[in-house]
Amino acid sequence: MDKIIGLREAVAESINDGDTVALEGFTHLIPFAAAHEIIRQERKDLTLIRMTPDLIYDQMIGMGCADKLIFSWGGNPGVGSLHRFRDAVENGWPQPLELEEHSHAGMASRYVAGASNLPFAVLRGYVGTDLPKVTDTIAPITCPFTGEELMAVPALRPDVAVVHAQQADPSGNVALWGIVGIQRETILSARRSIVTVEEVVDELAPHPHQIVLPSVAVDAIAVVPGGAYPSYAHDYYPRDNAFYEAWDPIGRDRETFSGWMERHVLGTEDFAEHLESIMEEEVSRR
Amino acid sequence: MSSHDGPQEGSYTTNEMMTVAASRQLRDGIVCFVGIGLPSQAANLARATHAPNCVLVYESGTIGAKPEVLPHSIGDGVLAEHADSVVPVPEIFAYWLQTGRVDIGFLGAAQIDRFANINTTVIGSYEDPKVRLPGAGGAPEIAASAKEVMVVMPQTARAFVEELAFVTSAGYLDGGDTREQLGYLGAGPTVVITDLGILKPDPETKELTLTDLHPGTSVEQAREATGWDLRVADDPGTTDPPTEEELRVLRDLRERTEAANEEMRVLDDLLDRTRAAKE
Repeated sequence: MDKIIGLREAVAESINDGDTVALEGFTHLIPFAAAHEIIRQERKDLTLIRMTPDLIYDQMIGMGCADKLIFSWGGNPGVGSLHRFRDAVENGWPQPLELEEHSHAGMASRYVAGASNLPFAVLRGYVGTDLPKVTDTIAPITCPFTGEELMAVPALRPDVAVVHAQQADPSGNVALWGIVGIQRETILSARRSIVTVEEVVDELAPHPHQIVLPSVAVDAIAVVPGGAYPSYAHDYYPRDNAFYEAWDPIGRDRETFSGWMERHVLGTEDFAEHLESIMEEEVSRR
Repeated sequence: MSSHDGPQEGSYTTNEMMTVAASRQLRDGIVCFVGIGLPSQAANLARATHAPNCVLVYESGTIGAKPEVLPHSIGDGVLAEHADSVVPVPEIFAYWLQTGRVDIGFLGAAQIDRFANINTTVIGSYEDPKVRLPGAGGAPEIAASAKEVMVVMPQTARAFVEELAFVTSAGYLDGGDTREQLGYLGAGPTVVITDLGILKPDPETKELTLTDLHPGTSVEQAREATGWDLRVADDPGTTDPPTEEELRVLRDLRERTEAANEEMRVLDDLLDRTRAAKE
């Protein structure tokens, strides 16, 4: 029961300046509401981990929350560039951003190792690419049984994992379904965890491809309907592809970006107000 | 006739020719690991025409995806909706790709070199890049472990370059048997489809060779659109132009996708729900 708290409180209690934080969700169930709360609380010097930084990290990087990014694909899916990410890497705005760059397979293996309490993972990958030259967390290793050469990557052990899910029950068990991505591994690899959910239901019902995170794996749950918008929550609302398109000109320009964040994130109390605020602007454009 | 502008009756664009040519590479019944964008269009065109039983795998974990409209991203809900299975991301790479269960990987790229190595990481130096590109995603391991790889990308001198700024995914490295020495499961890129024609690696040197031209394009054009001295087959073939059926299905797919996106009022519907929840 006491796990279900407000998002403001969950972020204030769990996330400190300088923490290593992973907000995951592979295209689906991206925890935008939690990211906005981190931005409102002006967290600084975070090391951000995420396979696909997406708009969520474009916003956090542009607002100066992060000084390091561990990732594998940093684009606006289906649209093009993440301009705030690019501006940070290319021009150091608003501050320089250190990169630790992997492939998806490498990142996935790293989370699995972290969730398994192993120091590293092995995979068949990276050989022949330039990634090991620029990323020192990729190193060759010889199999002690076959002598085969493989690649090793160290475990990811975030201080805090943040994910969004469809439902929780009153005892704090969490259900997510549809594309389940890397969320389970992220939660289990982290020291602390926050889950935002669409709703709390009396009893979790079965859904195809569902994963249930038992309450013992979750530290704090906050109810935030729509909390993954503009990404989506399967069986609740679809991905707002138009928003991803509209983000391109917003993110492209520093002033436009800062104005947008000021108005729609810093200038709103919570995610419900944020959604009303961007709706208002959309209506005025129609 | 082909044209860079919108399609006219009886005609088609170079982009449509490229997509159709790529879709023909996908044989029915095979397992195809699909990148987003052009590769996804080509794979879904194939599924809707000559390859209804191909199994489309997306890196978001969907296996046997059957999207009714083209996905905007690699993890849209339409991919999970009718999929044979949806698995966590670590499984798609470890259990499916790394084991050799994928017959062909469909990739796009920002830059490619003569040995079909590809770059999606940076233009300029890594430390001080001129353009920071998205990065690797699933491509390095798709390029390593899919039994074969097809690359789809428009051919320009800025994209087909003498030397890559960064090797994100390995093709044939320095050519010859340099790839084989890595011990990867996959054979590497077996075909590159562009808006001008089709390139295949030479069996010995592994250097990309122009083997086919799309109707209306010339060897000259292909040479101009290549940043190295392009090898051309002795008697390059001509790609069959898109059939009426292929064009009809591709355009229908694109129109339905656009219509579905325009109809969506995601925020309106979401706010109705959240306001109702508050009351």
